[in-house]
Amino acid sequence: MSIAHTQPLTMTPPEMLRDVHFDGEMEKKISALLRRYPTKQAALLPVLWLCQERWGWLPASVLQAVAKRLELSPAFVEGVTTFYTMYNTQPTGKYLVQVCTTLSCQLCGASGLTAHLKERLGIDSGETTPDGRFTLLGVQCLGACGEGPVVQINNDYYTNVTVEMLDQILDELPE
Amino acid sequence: MEPILLRAEHETNSKALTTSLKLGGYSALKKALIMNPEDIREEVKKSGLRGRGGAGFPTGVKWGFVPQDLPKPKYLICNADESEPGTFKDRKLIHTDPHMLIEGIIISSYAINAHTAYIYIRGEFYEEVQILEQAIAEAYKKHYLGKNILKTGYDLDVYVHRGAGAYICGEETALMESIEGKRGQPRLKPPFPAVVGLFGCPTVINNVETLACVPHIIERGADWFASIGRPRNTGPKLFCVSGHVNRPGVYELPLSVTYREIIEKHCGGVRDGKKLKGFIPGGSSAPVLPASAIDIKADFDSVAEAGSMFGSGALIVLDETTDMVWLLENLLTFYTHESCGQCTPCREGGNWALEIVRRIRRGYGRPEDLETLERISQFASRGMTLCPLGDAFCGPITGVLTHFRGEFEQAIAKAKPLPKKKLPALPVRSGRGTFGM
Repeated sequence: MSIAHTQPLTMTPPEMLRDVHFDGEMEKKISALLRRYPTKQAALLPVLWLCQERWGWLPASVLQAVAKRLELSPAFVEGVTTFYTMYNTQPTGKYLVQVCTTLSCQLCGASGLTAHLKERLGIDSGETTPDGRFTLLGVQCLGACGEGPVVQINNDYYTNVTVEMLDQILDELPE
Repeated sequence: MEPILLRAEHETNSKALTTSLKLGGYSALKKALIMNPEDIREEVKKSGLRGRGGAGFPTGVKWGFVPQDLPKPKYLICNADESEPGTFKDRKLIHTDPHMLIEGIIISSYAINAHTAYIYIRGEFYEEVQILEQAIAEAYKKHYLGKNILKTGYDLDVYVHRGAGAYICGEETALMESIEGKRGQPRLKPPFPAVVGLFGCPTVINNVETLACVPHIIERGADWFASIGRPRNTGPKLFCVSGHVNRPGVYELPLSVTYREIIEKHCGGVRDGKKLKGFIPGGSSAPVLPASAIDIKADFDSVAEAGSMFGSGALIVLDETTDMVWLLENLLTFYTHESCGQCTPCREGGNWALEIVRRIRRGYGRPEDLETLERISQFASRGMTLCPLGDAFCGPITGVLTHFRGEFEQAIAKAKPLPKKKLPALPVRSGRGTFGM
């Protein structure tokens, strides 16, 4: 039975993001978000999410476009973006594999998973495989401690993960 | 106890509105919207409901702080940031019964005269965002949300605001900064959010579980709610148990059951037939308690008397094999990573403590280390920082040094002198966003 249920991320290459404009569809979504808040600035986090979903990551050119649209300074937008760990200002692999490193998951054997992943993928935490398929990241508590160890791949949680399961998931993930 | 908050746990398709209606969902809303908002606040006050997010502040009292005569909009925020390690009950509640939460949000917003509510949810909970969006859409369709709710003339909009990975955004003022589109750095209090909160307006911030209790209080009355548990510690509670137990998970039990009952009866005891060494009763910032404390009651007051904190009801169970020096290093790593970087005692104190504990674990402890750790936990806690993150990293230090000091002393007694060659430097951690993992 297949257990992997994650779709790959698509990273837009930097050369295609030199000059960023919001098309009609993005503009429509941004306007809808702006209606939720009394200030433009408050839409910053959701708009950054929107951009990360659209382009895969958030290079300076995207942050500048966001700043212009929300009438903020690029420096302010960058400051906010880098405060939060989930906004990627560098491209990641197609699969961002995040292993919880906090107490409850560790008590249930998460460090074994990290060691296995490092060996299997040949990379350290924070690195991407040369083929661009996987990025490995040790992360802090994911809030699913009762089902530890927890591994998050892109948007999906995998719980009670064992080394065998992890191998199966990695084998099954689509190209 | 009959399941209350988790009444839909074993239903198929428990997230659907039809299931919620079948189980009595939104009947409290109909009752509430013909009540006077003030009476709802009174009823919640009378029920003794205390905030389930960690601080345990009486909910009705908090609502009472909102100045009703101020000509400004009022906001309700549902805190679904669920970031304290060991806590995973809000995720469970959202998966089990999102409509119970939405009903609670509507009644609570009505009680404080708010017309906009935000659900602030941690960025990692992508699936839960989808669940909530779906449930909110269903509620709008049924006129439980939007303009003129159920033809009573009351308007309310609810929006989900997704965070992006920052523990500190579970702290209420950092959370508001985050909604306003800023770095999640806590504000100086006072002014308190009830008066100057989101966008400078009166704001109430309540945890998911707190809000989910509200419909039941309205439906069945404050006296019924107060009859569960014991005085000052009333109502049902979601206990989330993780770590070394046979059956980890979320258990709904009355407040004031004993930890023995939770661990031995409900969770099937310590894993692999091992002995209990200790437990963290309220999320990882609560000082650890030794196994001998197993018979204390699991509620706000009993745990405080035992020198720890009931917090969010997140119980982390530790068996006899747990290395307490390792445990402290693990938790300090978490808290230093999550320090927002604003206050020196937290930013620097956390790193300093972590560096000491790492040194002890590597076998280079010094006799004066424990005293230094204690000094750090004195100057970084109890009001020395803008928010409780200072206290949060000091809790684990106090706990292990009170109950498991011997392990540290042993490690230090066996320590070797520092090598001539300098130890490799630890990554520089001067606030969020300036370092990698």
